[in-house]
Amino acid sequence: MGNLAAFLLALAIVGIVFEMLRRKKLREKYAALWLVVGTGTLVLAAFPRLLNIVAELVGVQLPSNLLFIISILLLLGVCLHLSWEISVVEDETRTLAEEVAIMRAQLERLQNNASPRLKGSEDESSTPSSPK
Amino acid sequence: MENLDSTRVLVIMPAWNEAESVGDTVREVLAVGRPYDVLVVNDGSTDATAELASEAGATVLNLPFNLGVGGAMRAGFKYAQRHGYRRVIQVDADGQHDPRNISEVLAGLEHADISIGARFADKGEYKVSGPRKWAMQLLAKVISGLAKTRLTDVTSGFRAANDRAISQYLDHYPAEYLGDTIDSLVVAIRSGCKVTQIPVAMRPRQGGTPSHNPAKAAIYLGRSTFALLFALTRKRSIIQSVSSSAQGAS
Repeated sequence: MGNLAAFLLALAIVGIVFEMLRRKKLREKYAALWLVVGTGTLVLAAFPRLLNIVAELVGVQLPSNLLFIISILLLLGVCLHLSWEISVVEDETRTLAEEVAIMRAQLERLQNNASPRLKGSEDESSTPSSPK
Repeated sequence: MENLDSTRVLVIMPAWNEAESVGDTVREVLAVGRPYDVLVVNDGSTDATAELASEAGATVLNLPFNLGVGGAMRAGFKYAQRHGYRRVIQVDADGQHDPRNISEVLAGLEHADISIGARFADKGEYKVSGPRKWAMQLLAKVISGLAKTRLTDVTSGFRAANDRAISQYLDHYPAEYLGDTIDSLVVAIRSGCKVTQIPVAMRPRQGGTPSHNPAKAAIYLGRSTFALLFALTRKRSIIQSVSSSAQGAS
């Protein structure tokens, strides 16, 4: 009956991923990996004999060890992928922050030029005048 | 892009919670009486840095959150390039760089792309010891070899750059630890920028204290070696030839 439990668990995972995708809570590029993992587990739970056959083919003595090494490698891959993604996102955020800062400075200068009576107009002594 | 008088210099001052010194430093730079525009990059300060800098007569770039010196400087370089400045110089907001030395460091740009205002170069009495000293010596030695000129203080934040170096920096100026000094310098050299150093005396900081903790110094040694190794294996950037650069073939 242990197989039934594993099957249900795998089914639940696939179901959750699918539902998150449907509600747009998860981007497809992250979901693909989880769907593959989920489907793999489903197949294994349905046909446990498969694991023994593969283990024998690869030369692993204990089939469960094959399962462990595959899961560890997959999780490692997922972690690495997420670290990479967050580095990209941080870099993009940094570029945006720079842009925002420059634009804000330019906007403030324009405002000061447009209405010199407003406060802060004395800053203009230092900012470069722009002879076109 | 605005057309500026090409003699104007942008003094970039990264500042993070430097309210006690930034106003005086800005006023001091402007009081030198040269065509300097001061740009204070407020790196997500929680104190009155931005207001005080602006009152003192600087243009202020307000970063929405703290990016570190590397991030602040790249924002400054971007601003400089968009506004057509041909020469920029980085000056610390804590007052340890003497504004009267700015013109000397800038003069180094006449025959190089990057000019470093260096301590230890037989001027001033800045002293360090222990692991921090070894780290600085190691870095200086390796980078001097790369640049084919004697550099004694590669982690100095008193650095000037011309338009060629600015466009190289914009391609590679990491926000990581030491990325603003070692990493950017090494990649700039490997991309073909010429570096020179000008001996300057540093003043004691007006705010904050330098750390003399040996454990911290050891960590510094490790991290700087790490940063150096990475910088040595990075991809070179391709410098776009800027129109009418007075550099010639360097």
